[in-house]
Amino acid sequence: ENTNTTILIVIVSIAFAFHIRQELNICNYSAHPACLCFPYSLSSIISLKFLSVSLTFLCFINLVMNSSHLGVGEEEEGQSTITLPPSGSSAESILGNSSALKEQNYMGLSDCSSSVDSSAISISSQESRSNMNLKATELRLGLPGSQSPERDAELGSPSSPKLDEKPLFPFRPFRDDASCLSPRSVVSSNKRGFSVAMSSFPEGKFVSNPDVNGMLATRSSSSLAFKSGPSKESPADLTTKMKEAASAIAVRERPLGAGENFGKHMAASTHSSAPAPKAQVVGWPPVRSFRKNSLATASKNRGELQGKAGPGGLFVKVSMDGAPYLRKVDLKAYTTYQELSSALEKMFSCFTIGQCAPNVTSGGEMVSESKLQDLVHGSEYALTYEDKDGDWMLVGDVPWEMFIETCRRMRIMKSSDAIGLAPRAIEKRKSRN
Amino acid sequence: MNYFPEEVLEHIFDFVSSNQDRNAISLVCKTWFKVERESRSRVFVGNCYAVNPSRLIKRFPRLRSLALKGKPHFADFNLVPHDWGAFVYPWIDALSKGCPDLEELRLKRMVVSDDCLELLSKSFPNFKSLVLDSCEGFSTDGLAAIAANCRHLRELDLQENEVDDRKVHWLSCFPETCTSLVSLNFACLRGEVNLASLERLVARSPNLRSLKLNRAVPFETLHKILTKAPQLVDLGTGSFVHDPNSEAYNMLKSAISKCRSVRSLSGFLEVASRCLPVVYPLCSNLTTLNLSYATGINGTDLTKMIRHCRRLQRLWILDCIGDKGLAVVASTCKELEELRVFPSDPYAAGSATVTEEGLVAISGGCPKLHSVLYFCHQMTNAGLISVAKNCPNFVRFRLCILDPIKADPTTGQPLDEGFGAIVQSCKRLRRLSISGLLTDKVFLYIGMYAEQLEMLSVAFAGESDKAMIYVLNGCKKLRKLEIRDCPFGNLALLTDIGKYETMRSLWMSSCEVTLGACKLLARKMPRLNVEIINEKEQGQANLDDDRQRVEKMYLYRTLVGRRKDAPDFVWTL
Repeated sequence: ENTNTTILIVIVSIAFAFHIRQELNICNYSAHPACLCFPYSLSSIISLKFLSVSLTFLCFINLVMNSSHLGVGEEEEGQSTITLPPSGSSAESILGNSSALKEQNYMGLSDCSSSVDSSAISISSQESRSNMNLKATELRLGLPGSQSPERDAELGSPSSPKLDEKPLFPFRPFRDDASCLSPRSVVSSNKRGFSVAMSSFPEGKFVSNPDVNGMLATRSSSSLAFKSGPSKESPADLTTKMKEAASAIAVRERPLGAGENFGKHMAASTHSSAPAPKAQVVGWPPVRSFRKNSLATASKNRGELQGKAGPGGLFVKVSMDGAPYLRKVDLKAYTTYQELSSALEKMFSCFTIGQCAPNVTSGGEMVSESKLQDLVHGSEYALTYEDKDGDWMLVGDVPWEMFIETCRRMRIMKSSDAIGLAPRAIEKRKSRN
Repeated sequence: MNYFPEEVLEHIFDFVSSNQDRNAISLVCKTWFKVERESRSRVFVGNCYAVNPSRLIKRFPRLRSLALKGKPHFADFNLVPHDWGAFVYPWIDALSKGCPDLEELRLKRMVVSDDCLELLSKSFPNFKSLVLDSCEGFSTDGLAAIAANCRHLRELDLQENEVDDRKVHWLSCFPETCTSLVSLNFACLRGEVNLASLERLVARSPNLRSLKLNRAVPFETLHKILTKAPQLVDLGTGSFVHDPNSEAYNMLKSAISKCRSVRSLSGFLEVASRCLPVVYPLCSNLTTLNLSYATGINGTDLTKMIRHCRRLQRLWILDCIGDKGLAVVASTCKELEELRVFPSDPYAAGSATVTEEGLVAISGGCPKLHSVLYFCHQMTNAGLISVAKNCPNFVRFRLCILDPIKADPTTGQPLDEGFGAIVQSCKRLRRLSISGLLTDKVFLYIGMYAEQLEMLSVAFAGESDKAMIYVLNGCKKLRKLEIRDCPFGNLALLTDIGKYETMRSLWMSSCEVTLGACKLLARKMPRLNVEIINEKEQGQANLDDDRQRVEKMYLYRTLVGRRKDAPDFVWTL
């Protein structure tokens, strides 16, 4: 502060001397008889000139002061890139970046007579725009505020980015990269972060992909950073956040970003995550819910009727009197009663099938009488089943297909118990026909 | 014609039955408007919120038949929340006071309560016909009221409704004096019906032409019904599972042999292949066959049956018929005009189903085909181009590839060219649904060529706003546009806002439209209702954030402003 004042005094004195010299020059030219009044008017002129020039010099010196204090870290002007906690290398790069920018600002501002505030704003907007197009920084120097509303508008309307412009975003700054001063890696990563933030606004319905969710999280954070706008946040904060987002996303972001540019429907070439959301899509395929429900009910009913019918087989329980545990057989594995009986025989070692099947029309499932009689003759068991009405029937009455559809479970019972069944079975047969 | 007395005009107008023509007539001059409106008896209101009942009754004092549609089409696929609206009670209330001579009411996708049905049954002494399609909110109590109170009921047609079963024997409520029934369809009911009442009802209805039973009506009853009603034209079977060797089966056989008039067969909600042959004698005269609920029949048996149906004009079937089955259809059913192939298992990927081959075969074999709804697993551009060449007469073409963004499997290309060929070739196309991998190009084609298009359904298609703009600019007769999961945003929505007043409605869900744009649209177009359906919890809902994406938007033109029965989650901007 003391140095400031001393320098001011020096300047004031110089300015005064300069003006007096000028005044003297003027006096030399004038040969007016009223030159006595001159000193009075001249003094006013002198004072005005003095004031303007001193103000100019004040600004100049203020700036010189601030730039020299950069290493110390003054917060006021918003150029506090150093105070933020990025990683070491990035800090340096940012510093390098910002110092490069500062140099540009420095040069630019020396030309124009803008106030301190406008210079700060122009720096911040410049920095954000540098991530987009460094060429623009140079052009914009004459009109610091002209393009920033555009930028804000672009950021502020996240939902209407022109999709066909999006693929250009990552490309354009890269072209400008070659011409810029700042280190390429930093700028490119910043740009990628920005394009990611831009493309994050139309969020897709990526439900089940954890990678994408992670990406969306980082994107949303970067988009949040953007939504607050460069005018509110310090530009360096912005830069840091973009860097974080960029680093989190890695190279894979690129193809996904490109895929995202095509909106919801991803080209077949992109992620295998695309089919995953399909199963969860509401209302697809467009089949009326009434129809869906009735088809589901129908298949469920069929399943119930057939026992536990999976896509593979039709398993029904088989119990045997006196056996310690039950067995299950797959009725679909057999096509005739004979096959079934032999399988059961193998399972239970001794049993018999009741009697022959009378009116079998749909050929071939009939067990020949002779064979059955042999079995009956040779053993003391009868094979019965419970049909879907809950009645216990002797196996062998009905055609095989119908048996499969109506059989719920089977029981190998002693012939003595089965005696009561036979007449009932005959009765049922009669009522059906 | 201005010098004709009005009676003559009215007589002439009586020959004009189409609603669109009558609308045109009413625009000619005031006299014609007056005569037309006083003589119109059938009115169709495509959107129940576009007009209110009192205006309708005032304009058409001689209203006898009213058809109303409520919820947007995508409500069929669970995209519209349950209590969105479309209540019919205010209409019935107003009609009961202002139009007591009402005879016919046809409702689609509306919420009908038991009170409505009761009021309906008691307010209109001449009521003759009630058709409810995809409605909900009522139970068998309401049906009992209709049965009991409508003395001259001719038609009770319940198509695919969600009906609450209250174990009321509503069929028994038809009085013994009711002999006027012509059409009875209760196939959508899940509960039991009193079989004896049903048989008696059928016996005393000599005019019965159409009878569609529900699943609870067993096989044995069918032959008794058919014996009593051999004049049936339209039959929907109930449960169709039985032992072919039984007596009931043989009796049905003989009953069917006496039914010479059956032209339409449906039902088969529960069916076994071995029972099908009993209906083969009917097949040769059939013009309509609906086997789309018959999950028990495999492709071979379906094909066997269809070989008998030479005169078929409409066929609704499941995709288990397969491509080979469709080839058989193509060679057998030369009169086929409408085909619908439904997916037997909507979520299964890759099970034996239909592909582009089936559709190409059909198009090659059936020159009169004009309406198709086809669910398939894949489609190729070449296939679609062949279909377009073979059948230039399509009026409705709805293709749904079960995988929403599937490309042409042979070339890997999007299906733009295929659909482009369809719209270019079919000059009379009125309804189109597209699916598969599609870019903006297909929309360009649609805008350029589909001049008669009235309804377009789009899902998972397009790349940019330009696509929607092509369609809005190009299709001059577009009435309904429904879009889901496409990247169309504010630019597309706001480019041509005047267009929406020429359309009935626009549905956009899961697109890129923001709240701000919708608000702007609502502000600029006061005769549109722009409704946002917001399904988040109330705490999260924020009407002020203009930048948030709108999940579901439904807008429609209306003469009566915002509706008063909108629930909390619907914001009318």
